[in-house]
Amino acid sequence: MLTKSQAKLFFLAGTVIFSVLFLGLSLDTHINRVGEQTHEENITEAVVAGKHLWEENNCMGCHTIFGEGAYYAPELTKVVERRGEAYIKGVLMSPTPWGEHTSGRKMVAYGFSDEEASNLIEYFVWIGNVDLNGFPAKPKYKVEKNN
Amino acid sequence: MKFKTQKIAYWFFLSALGLLVLQIIYGFIMGFAHMGMDGLHEIIPFNTARAVHTNLLVCWLLLGFMGSAYYIIPEESQNELYSPKLAIIQLISFLAVGVTAVIAYHLNWWEGRKFLEIPRPLDYLVVVNVLAFLFNILMTLFTGKRQTTTALVLTMGLLFAALLYLPGMIWFDSQTLDSFYRWYVVHLWVEGVWELIMGGILAFLLIKITGVDREVIEKWLYVIVGLTFLSGILGTGHHYYYIGAPSYWLWIGGIFSALEPLAFLAMALFAINMYRKGEKKHPNKTALNWTLGAAITSFVGAGLLGAAHTLPNVNLYTHGTLVTAMHGHMAFWGAYAMIVLAIIAYAMPNLTGRKLYDNNMTRYAFWLSNIGMIGMTVAFGVAGVAQVYMERIMGVDFMETQKEIEPHFLVLVLCATGFTAGIVLYIINFFQYGKPTDEALVSE
Repeated sequence: MLTKSQAKLFFLAGTVIFSVLFLGLSLDTHINRVGEQTHEENITEAVVAGKHLWEENNCMGCHTIFGEGAYYAPELTKVVERRGEAYIKGVLMSPTPWGEHTSGRKMVAYGFSDEEASNLIEYFVWIGNVDLNGFPAKPKYKVEKNN
Repeated sequence: MKFKTQKIAYWFFLSALGLLVLQIIYGFIMGFAHMGMDGLHEIIPFNTARAVHTNLLVCWLLLGFMGSAYYIIPEESQNELYSPKLAIIQLISFLAVGVTAVIAYHLNWWEGRKFLEIPRPLDYLVVVNVLAFLFNILMTLFTGKRQTTTALVLTMGLLFAALLYLPGMIWFDSQTLDSFYRWYVVHLWVEGVWELIMGGILAFLLIKITGVDREVIEKWLYVIVGLTFLSGILGTGHHYYYIGAPSYWLWIGGIFSALEPLAFLAMALFAINMYRKGEKKHPNKTALNWTLGAAITSFVGAGLLGAAHTLPNVNLYTHGTLVTAMHGHMAFWGAYAMIVLAIIAYAMPNLTGRKLYDNNMTRYAFWLSNIGMIGMTVAFGVAGVAQVYMERIMGVDFMETQKEIEPHFLVLVLCATGFTAGIVLYIINFFQYGKPTDEALVSE
């Protein structure tokens, strides 16, 4: 029958072993892998400026990127490919809440400047080119709406 | 209670319940917005409501954990709290930081990273605050008459939680690395060290309520927290599938997160077995209900519902959909909210000397909130699965899909109303106890 000291050993040894493994894998991911997989060389000043805007306005509070965020507004990982730059600029620079008259679900009217909108787009372009192990999956079907 | 300074816990519990109410209000705002009723958009846009809802959850649970520690550590180490004054200062400053953050979110001031939205300057205050808390607890523990396993596991959980907050404060230009280290905080908190805290509180409650020998309970506590780390640490990999990290995380994360329910299953079996074994019939049935409820609901919410979408080939389609919200709600409720409500239900009669447990109100509070939460989980699940099939498999546009699933949010809001009624009853019962008093002191 298991004794308390054996149970303690199981806990301590397990914790140490798996922490070391995890840290080792993290190190490998960070140092050897991510740079290549994400095309780190393409992270320009504009991309970084875009990331700052993304965070300063908590875009993740409604949208997802890499599938992470909130589930109120569209996933934006491949948004440039899906919508094109002009459409995105329109949304970002709109002085009135986007979606008010179309979908009914409103986006805050940020009214970004042309430069800010361009930086955000550069950020989305970089995001869209990251190798995400197959995410987002291409839908299996293509359905059409009956009017 | 056995030590005068345990009374401090009351103020933490009171504050925690206050923030829980606020959290629920913002939850309703989001529920209605999903139904298409976003009349508050100009003042409280969705991203504000969302940040407030999740951050208040973290805040009230942390306050609940701190209150639990201030109640449990003196009793376990047989020592008065090192500095009650520091505890009060720490509570007030914690609340001040929390309230400032909530106001900041309404003014578009934040660091928009999921779950870690609080603005950077406030991060430093949180660190100072938690250090003060840990200092107080560690001093109490190590100047005490004994150091029990229960106290050590609880303290270790709190200590690691503080340490793991730090990787979330580093800036990365790369969204991938940003996300990678953000999960060091979020995942290793909720699927790692918070389970130590939960396990510690659970062990304390089971020792008190069932009367089973401490040695037996603490032995199994080690096994459970051992299983938690065995599966949970590498289980972090399930957050690394699709963020630009290497593909080896698909199988590492898949295997180890599939094992994560084991720790919760062990916790549930452990609680039920100790209850069966226990010869002592503790009169506080309410605390018993919440304790066993936490162990079982956490297995369903965190264990099973987590496992349901954790394998990479499933997660490829469910990642970033309402399926996650389904799992999230019941997991946090079962594992953390219920254990805090359990310790409050156990502590209040002891702190105040009044025995207002086990009446109709406490029973309705328990069942209404739990049935409400189950209903909410089902509503999120149905909406989430429908979203996955329509949007991810059939290729229907995001907003078109959202329109179709609006009715499920009506169900969500109705169930949330039942849930809220349960919480309101719990809080009324809490206030009926009145304030803690030295007259409630008892010796062993």
